[in-house]
Amino acid sequence: MSEKKFDYFIKGEKGKWEVIIGLEVHAQVLSESKLFSSSSTKFGAEPNTQVSLVDSAFPGMLPVINQFCVEQSVKTGLGLKAKINLDSVFDRKNYFYADLPQGYQISQYKNPIVGEGEVILDMPYGTKKIGIERLHLEQDAGKSIHDMDPENSYVDLNRSGVALMEIVSKPDLRSPEEVNSYVKKLRSIMRYIKTCDGNMQEGSLRADVNVSVRKVGDKNFGTRCEIKNVNSIKFMEMAINFEAKRQVELLESGKKIDQETRLYDTKKNTTRSMRSKEDAHDYRYFPDPDLLPLKLDKSLIDKLKKELPELPDQKKERFIKEHNLSPYEANILVSEKEISEYYEEVIKESDKKLATNWIIVELFAVLNKKNISISSSPISAKNLSSLIKMISSGKISGKIAKTVFEKMQNGDKDPNQIVEKEGLIQESDPKELEKIILNVLSKNQDKATQYKSGKVKLFGYFVGEIMKASKGKANPKLVNDILKIKLK
Amino acid sequence: MSNISEFSLKKIVNGIKRKDFSSEEVTKAFIEKSKNSKELNSYITECFDDALKSAKNFDKKKDNKGLLAGVPLAVKDLFCTKNVKTTAGSKILHNFVPTYESTVTNNLWAQGAFLLGKLNCDEFAMGSSNETSFFGKVSNPYGKELVPGGSSGGSASALAAGLTPATIGTDTGGSIRQPASFTGTVGLKPTYGRCSRWGIVAFASSLDQAGPMTKNVDDCALLLQAMSGYDPKDSTSIDIKVDNYTSKLTEKVKGLKIGIPKEYRVENMPKEIDEIWKKGIDYLKDAGAIIKNISLPHTMYALPAYYIVAPAEASSNLARYDGVKYGHRAKGKNLIEMYENTRSEGFGDEVKRRILIGTYVLSSGYYDAYYLKAQKVRQLIKNDFDKSFADVDAILTPSTPSAAFKMGAKTDDPVSMYLNDIFTVPVNLSGLPAISVPAGYDKNNLPLGLQLIGKAFDEQTILNLSLAIEKRANFKKNFNVWWS
Amino acid sequence: MSIDKDTVKHISKLARISLDEKKVADLSKDLSSIMRFIENLNKLNTDKVNPLTSIINASLKSRNDEVNSGKIRDQILKNSPEKNEEFFVVPKVIE
Repeated sequence: MSEKKFDYFIKGEKGKWEVIIGLEVHAQVLSESKLFSSSSTKFGAEPNTQVSLVDSAFPGMLPVINQFCVEQSVKTGLGLKAKINLDSVFDRKNYFYADLPQGYQISQYKNPIVGEGEVILDMPYGTKKIGIERLHLEQDAGKSIHDMDPENSYVDLNRSGVALMEIVSKPDLRSPEEVNSYVKKLRSIMRYIKTCDGNMQEGSLRADVNVSVRKVGDKNFGTRCEIKNVNSIKFMEMAINFEAKRQVELLESGKKIDQETRLYDTKKNTTRSMRSKEDAHDYRYFPDPDLLPLKLDKSLIDKLKKELPELPDQKKERFIKEHNLSPYEANILVSEKEISEYYEEVIKESDKKLATNWIIVELFAVLNKKNISISSSPISAKNLSSLIKMISSGKISGKIAKTVFEKMQNGDKDPNQIVEKEGLIQESDPKELEKIILNVLSKNQDKATQYKSGKVKLFGYFVGEIMKASKGKANPKLVNDILKIKLK
Repeated sequence: MSNISEFSLKKIVNGIKRKDFSSEEVTKAFIEKSKNSKELNSYITECFDDALKSAKNFDKKKDNKGLLAGVPLAVKDLFCTKNVKTTAGSKILHNFVPTYESTVTNNLWAQGAFLLGKLNCDEFAMGSSNETSFFGKVSNPYGKELVPGGSSGGSASALAAGLTPATIGTDTGGSIRQPASFTGTVGLKPTYGRCSRWGIVAFASSLDQAGPMTKNVDDCALLLQAMSGYDPKDSTSIDIKVDNYTSKLTEKVKGLKIGIPKEYRVENMPKEIDEIWKKGIDYLKDAGAIIKNISLPHTMYALPAYYIVAPAEASSNLARYDGVKYGHRAKGKNLIEMYENTRSEGFGDEVKRRILIGTYVLSSGYYDAYYLKAQKVRQLIKNDFDKSFADVDAILTPSTPSAAFKMGAKTDDPVSMYLNDIFTVPVNLSGLPAISVPAGYDKNNLPLGLQLIGKAFDEQTILNLSLAIEKRANFKKNFNVWWS
Repeated sequence: MSIDKDTVKHISKLARISLDEKKVADLSKDLSSIMRFIENLNKLNTDKVNPLTSIINASLKSRNDEVNSGKIRDQILKNSPEKNEEFFVVPKVIE
């Protein structure tokens, strides 16, 4: 049972404030080509080489929708346990910017493809449901580069038109920690379903954070500010911290919060107002007349449902029930699809409890030290499985296994070969052990006498000597048993 | 064969097939006529050298398989033509050279035709008199001071004057049919989705359609067949087989029911318009058609609805003209200033008016009252037509409320110009096909056209009915060549 | 409804079109006239009518997830009034 209580509040001079957070996450759809054009979506290409006539909005160009992107967003909606809207509409969101060649973005306004859903978070103080308001499909914009020329900006339209899923949460988040957990959970779900790779460094997952504050106990929502341009979870947490405090200070000094868009400055760790109120956008949404309404067949939804892999929450439940893992362990093993796959590969032939421990403690230590993910693990699941099998069968002791584990890292060596080569097989023959034990005892007769007359602490000394004499290979349990008998 | 430029499209196609004359002879004839007719100002871009090359190549290869084999055609400067300047009649695109070809013009070239030149039009297809083009006004062959109609004014004028055997235009609120009526030619707007919009400079996406403009109905059927067809690159294009309009063309229209909508008899309708309408009814009766009175009760709301929907869509479609990717760019200290100056310098007054109205009716707080309301009215207008078409096969109305008017007569008040489209606009709002066929003259001997509106994808019936009218009206073009 | 000069200025900012004072005055007159014409629609009750959502009663056609375009940078940049080998070049935005 968790003992920790939720405790993220801003302690102002005049009272305790809670922070209300809603997130708009933009997730790039994993697809070969863009949402309404057939140019490539690959990251990192030379500027303007993944741009078609449609992407750059030449006169007379028209959008044609990518069926796969539609299916990817439906699958994501299913992963969020959300309602799939069989009828949805694409609208134009009209505004001017250099990276928006059409002068409008094709998005969805009143009739999105996915409706309400939910995401469940595991917090130290218990599980929490975060409501999803909606998910809709829209075009990504290109990129403006401002720092290559003092007077001009350079425009690269490679990203223009890539399919984005905008996932809007309800204002249910209450702390930077919950935001951290939420983003990671969303990311994990989408990576499981393979609808988004969640790579925040490459920009395939971005978020706008809406923050407001209210006095604890107040039922009404305060005025919120939107923080844009936060491209890592760490910065999101810091931005929320700063913004919440800023708002509390303003309110406590009697001022009002202006509803505005703010930017987070990573160097100064502050948020600042992005534009004056006058320039507020009027997007003039209307249904895109180049596209017909999107109608989905229920049979398609059913088909996509069947294609979904086991999702993290389901997997976690199954690990707890069928594998007897603790919620803490299960959580870690499902947190990334790659980790769960690794674990499931290992346990195909080896003990689940040992596998869990070796992955969560030993392997993760190595990965963290090298700052790599499990996909780059120096030890493959197959070989870790072999190692664990040797422990279970008694071929090697747990201690020796640690040594073998270290040696395995250098080129993912087969542990069986290491053990053979270096003669690390555990000594479990009682006759051999007896020999060693008797040898040690005979060399330490005075200590043996002392033990027999009450100094029980010496047991450990004998064990140590036996281990030394056997070069660590003696089976610890058998040593224990036999030594006890011999010391009677 | 000095009269080749007077020949119909079909006569030219057949003549080339039978080797009565070569493609080169034909092309030279039209080039010469065009060169001698610069006062009309029908052309924005002449492609005479390349046309001649194409003609000579054709004569060498003798590939006679296409429907339009060996024929030079000039087209409205709204169709993007590969490597040939495409301006949409605007300063903002005055130097734009597409690297791609529109689907519709590509369909024509695939049938053996080739480009003769790009024809003048109202800027971004916004206008009813071809007085808004950056490249100057176009004159009607029927009189130097007379407008040819718009927005496909250059097309109609060139066609009537014999500078091109046939041409294609676009029709958003009447821009093919009205100039056809003003110049005594045939113009057809197909069902929405019949022809591809890919590569056509967009004005109002839910209303625009490309269509044939020809000397007679026979030619119209041929050209429609050549240009139509499903295009997967256009999401509003419809996958319905293209009829063989030519082989099915007949004046045998006995038994067809023709609706006469009472609401089209507008207040202060000029007598001659009413008379020609009556004449049309008589012609069709004579052909064996049955005349029925029908009601299209929401007709009077069509123009106001159109002037909400079209500008709204245009305001968004023209947002891409920002000086960044192509076209005119003005100076500016920063991005916003560059945008504002570019668009201010690049767009003419009528375009500015429509962009601003469109922006206004979509803006915060007004969407429901205007755009949404207009879309509801549109549904009502469509319902009117659907109801009537349960009882009739086609609807007969005048094409325009007057014959060609003088330049400058309607430029003071934008609304007076808009009223030109009163008979044509309801058709675009409901997506139906309609044709204007020359039927008579007004008291000043200026052409007047009659409009036939058909069921969706039933272009055949209105072609057949127009043929019946054409044969009986015996319209002869009767202008004196007032230019060179 | 008349469109006054301030409204003209506001919508011209939204539409990114600069206008001098005379133009603003002319447009206020023209646009008001057009709006009066448009407002004829108010005579019609459309409460129980659904808006037209598409002219054609067809479903949105889609395409397969294949890469069939791109790699035409020269073409894309060819018509741009200001560019370099790789990018469109525009004046800076003031944030």
